[in-house]
Amino acid sequence: MSPHNKIDLEPPVLTHLLGLDGVPEPVITEILDTAENFLAVLERPIPKVPSLRGVTVANLFFENSTRTRISFELAEKRLSADTINFSTSGSSVAKGETLLDTVKNIEAMKVDVVVMRHWAAGSSKFLADRIDAKVVNAGDGTHEHPTQGLLDMLTIRRKLGALKGLKVLILGDIAHSRVARSNIFGLLNCGAEVKVCGPATLIPREAESLGVEVIPDLDEGLKWCNVVNVLRLQLERMSQGLIPSLRDYQRRYGLTRLRLEKAAKDIVVMHPGPMNRGVEIDSNVADGPWSVILSQVKHGVAVRMAALFLISGREKDEG
Amino acid sequence: MERTLARLAAEIVERNRGAGNIALIGIRTRGAPLAHRLAKLISSLEGGKNIPVGILDITLYRDDYLISRKTPKVRATEIPFDIQDRAVVLVDDVLYTGRTVRAAIDAVLDYGRPDRIQLAVLVDRGGREMPVAGDFVGKKLVTSPGEEVRVHLEEVDGRDEVIIVELSSESA
Repeated sequence: MSPHNKIDLEPPVLTHLLGLDGVPEPVITEILDTAENFLAVLERPIPKVPSLRGVTVANLFFENSTRTRISFELAEKRLSADTINFSTSGSSVAKGETLLDTVKNIEAMKVDVVVMRHWAAGSSKFLADRIDAKVVNAGDGTHEHPTQGLLDMLTIRRKLGALKGLKVLILGDIAHSRVARSNIFGLLNCGAEVKVCGPATLIPREAESLGVEVIPDLDEGLKWCNVVNVLRLQLERMSQGLIPSLRDYQRRYGLTRLRLEKAAKDIVVMHPGPMNRGVEIDSNVADGPWSVILSQVKHGVAVRMAALFLISGREKDEG
Repeated sequence: MERTLARLAAEIVERNRGAGNIALIGIRTRGAPLAHRLAKLISSLEGGKNIPVGILDITLYRDDYLISRKTPKVRATEIPFDIQDRAVVLVDDVLYTGRTVRAAIDAVLDYGRPDRIQLAVLVDRGGREMPVAGDFVGKKLVTSPGEEVRVHLEEVDGRDEVIIVELSSESA
């Protein structure tokens, strides 16, 4: 490198992206700032940069997810990385191979970055401790989904200017939601206030220790917040006996136009998708003036580009 | 420095037969204020004509990103005009290895197809590692790899000056 190019170099911000728990505000801000620049790249006539030429990324999806996988794949291609995709259906995982064996085999083909979605909480940390490739957690059980948290934060920041001091209500099945957890960690680290709302059966016992208050009543919550992040209600929660019926859930926790109008203020509505229209969110809210749901999808690609770019910036064992 | 920039502005206008089609794109960091200064000078030569100015961040196009020990900060690229069929003049403070200019050319081409791309630099210090040459050069300096040429600008550093630093005298 020529001495002339030495300006503007900063210490690296990330080696893996496993979660937002414990990630300090300056690092999150760096990722979001970088993502802003990638959003600009995505608007260009040629929405692609050569930054990760020669980097190979493996997308390992041990759990179904169409949109997250597509978003990561697009992010990788926009950065000029080579990608390989692996999903459990029809793979050797069905033949009893362990997670570590599967990943070590893939890594042996010289893979630099592993993006993993897995049903077991903590699996991405388990992997990061045992392989040389860098790991991006694309959702591990009920633990974390950091890129979703980051894209939600980027969406809020772009819409409302700053995260500090904002009031964010997370609505729905908090107990089983990695999206909720990543949002809570990330937002609190950046100085936002977070409260959660949902049926008592779907609020985790550790809510208070995470630093979030529970608001049992949705109308109270809407009165309080600037942003409401509506979580998907997994329909199997009903058969598990955690909610009495969809109808009852919709009546008490469904986000409707009526409720938003009653709150009589500007509220930004988000949803990580896929939506159960008419259950946790009404169509006229999802498609209405409050909604930034499609911006979230667009921001997802930029945030994933930023994460992949920043973790690829240097050797894992340096510094 | 003022005089050198005035000469560069005049050369840019002359080579492009007027300012009709010219757009300046400064390469971050110090190319940006230089591009703004040149635009002002060209504008006054051409009866107040508005000269579009863009700012280019080449971080995403560097050829050493994956091998560099530190992570460079990605900054915004701002090209608020269509570069299609324009005479794009890249502006930077120091021309050395040519790698920055190579990256900048690649970056500009991702915004469209300009009519031509030219290069204006305040200082050409030799030491090229790529087949790159400046079209408009303020001053040629003969330097060795152990030296660093630093351009300080009023807008960034509080004063205008060009200094040559012996790298061995500092912990580089």
